[in-house]
Amino acid sequence: MLALKLAYRNLMGARLRTWLNVIVLSLSFVVIIWNKGILNGWDLQARHDTIDWQIGGGQYWQGNYDPFDPFSIEDSHAPLSDAINQAIEQGQLTAILISQATMYPEGRIQTIALQGIDPNQNILELPTKYLADESGATPAIIGERTAKNNKLAVGDYVTIRWRDVNGTFDANEVKIVHIFKTNVPPVDLGVVWIPLEKHREMVQMPNEATILTSSQEAGFIGSISGWEFKDHYFLLTEIREMIEMKSIGGAVFFVILMSLAMLAIFDTQVLSIFRRQKEIGTHIALGMTQRQVVMLFTVEGAMHSILAAILAAIYGIPLLGLQAKVGWSMPAGTDDFGMTIAETIYPAYTLGLVLGTTLLVLATTTFVSYIPARRISKMNPTDAIKGKIQ
Amino acid sequence: MKNGQLITIQNLIKDYPVGRGFFRALNDINLTIGEGEFAGLVGPSGSGKTTLLNIVGSLDVPTKGEAKVLGQSIGSLSTRQSANLRNHSLGFIFQTYNLLSVYTVFENVELPLLLLKIGKDERRKLVNQALEWVGLVDKIKSRPPQLSGGECQRVSIARAMVKSPKIVLADEPTANLDAKNSHNILQTMEKLNQDLKTTFIFATHDDKVIQYLHRKISLEDGRVVNDEQITKQ
Repeated sequence: MLALKLAYRNLMGARLRTWLNVIVLSLSFVVIIWNKGILNGWDLQARHDTIDWQIGGGQYWQGNYDPFDPFSIEDSHAPLSDAINQAIEQGQLTAILISQATMYPEGRIQTIALQGIDPNQNILELPTKYLADESGATPAIIGERTAKNNKLAVGDYVTIRWRDVNGTFDANEVKIVHIFKTNVPPVDLGVVWIPLEKHREMVQMPNEATILTSSQEAGFIGSISGWEFKDHYFLLTEIREMIEMKSIGGAVFFVILMSLAMLAIFDTQVLSIFRRQKEIGTHIALGMTQRQVVMLFTVEGAMHSILAAILAAIYGIPLLGLQAKVGWSMPAGTDDFGMTIAETIYPAYTLGLVLGTTLLVLATTTFVSYIPARRISKMNPTDAIKGKIQ
Repeated sequence: MKNGQLITIQNLIKDYPVGRGFFRALNDINLTIGEGEFAGLVGPSGSGKTTLLNIVGSLDVPTKGEAKVLGQSIGSLSTRQSANLRNHSLGFIFQTYNLLSVYTVFENVELPLLLLKIGKDERRKLVNQALEWVGLVDKIKSRPPQLSGGECQRVSIARAMVKSPKIVLADEPTANLDAKNSHNILQTMEKLNQDLKTTFIFATHDDKVIQYLHRKISLEDGRVVNDEQITKQ
């Protein structure tokens, strides 16, 4: 308690020197929390959007399906059992049939994934209702990125060529009936969505599918022979790894910031120990043990981080709160990066993040304050009183 | 502790290592100092007066012999015990005042009481009383850089006296002061000695201080060469 009181008194007495350190440290607090908040917000939004648009409550993959192996796509389909069809009717699952195809927009060749989906499904946010009208040409919906890359607009007709189950090529025109906007590139880039039954008919795979996407409420509905369930942990691996990678980048930034702040405090402490020898000697003459003086100087250094936390709270809470509300708009073109990223990221701050950052900064500050303060215990008090130690 | 004898020094030797050998700063000192004395260790630079003062103040330890202060043998005290002795029973006045420049006058004087864990109200009362003794009540909120040398030394006296110690040790207290301020300071200390019966021990070679002493202990080359009581008119 005494060390706290005296340390506070010393810091307040040192005025500008204290406040310069505190301001630098408070900036570190705010920037570290902001940076982590942005990553948290991105992570949450990316997970949320991916679940809503692509993976639902998890997916059953046909045994041969491997999204990273284009050669296996042809064999990645299987007929649906009665039990599966019953689950689909109950809204627990929706079937997706995937096949490789080629699109010819304005005479160019573009490889695509032709994906058939039930127009009446409600599990994914894909606007499949536009596929319901099958009077005329085969309706198709595509994402904005695919539309932009291929210069396609609603109402355009485009030729699609595919191979059926026997390897026979066939071609037809599809009509773009809707262009949707999504933050989830895997359902957009190079994907053309058509009605499931039409797709089955085109490739001659009646009652077959490649993926069964589960509703968020249903999730895992039990093991299905020939199908492998992939949970959120597996399906969100890419996002998780990307965020982890970004966190490492953030950590480098964090280390640089912390190093600057810690350097300032370390420097102040080292200077203090030399400049304030008389004070140290006086404290000992007045009845403090050297250990108590070491404690006083350590607490004094550590108290920088407490004052910084208070200062950071004063200007940081309104600032970060405002940004959590209005979000951070991503620069134009970010949606072409192929990552699941929203146009505006809303930072997400958690109590754990704030407490963790505060504790980390406090511990680091205490450590860098203690290192130079240890020197006090080796001082000869009679020399210290006269300020004789070099 | 015999009949009011606060300090007993017997066959005290203090050596400092110098190169491969040592330098003897104090050589066979024998001395007793009683309660309420106003005594001075007098001698030229290097005579050992500050070394002796530091040992009495438990800031240093004897190489041989014994120094007992308030019944406690300085050489055998642990760090904590010697800090405790200084905290409760000894006050220090330094040549360069050694005030904490970031503290106000009040906070400087209050510091020893904080170490003694005395309550807030009591602290305020004692600090005000000590500042009244030295005539600095009006400077309570000033900081040392705003004070003159004489005023700083008065604050230093108040800080030494605020806990009513048995012994005050003053090392060259007037060395940085002009004649007028030196006399003021010495008169203040003499009055406190008379009123409160606090023992004052000076280390000095300043004639202005010497003329106030009631006992003059002369040191030369680490030995006591003369010890005389001075009768005041």
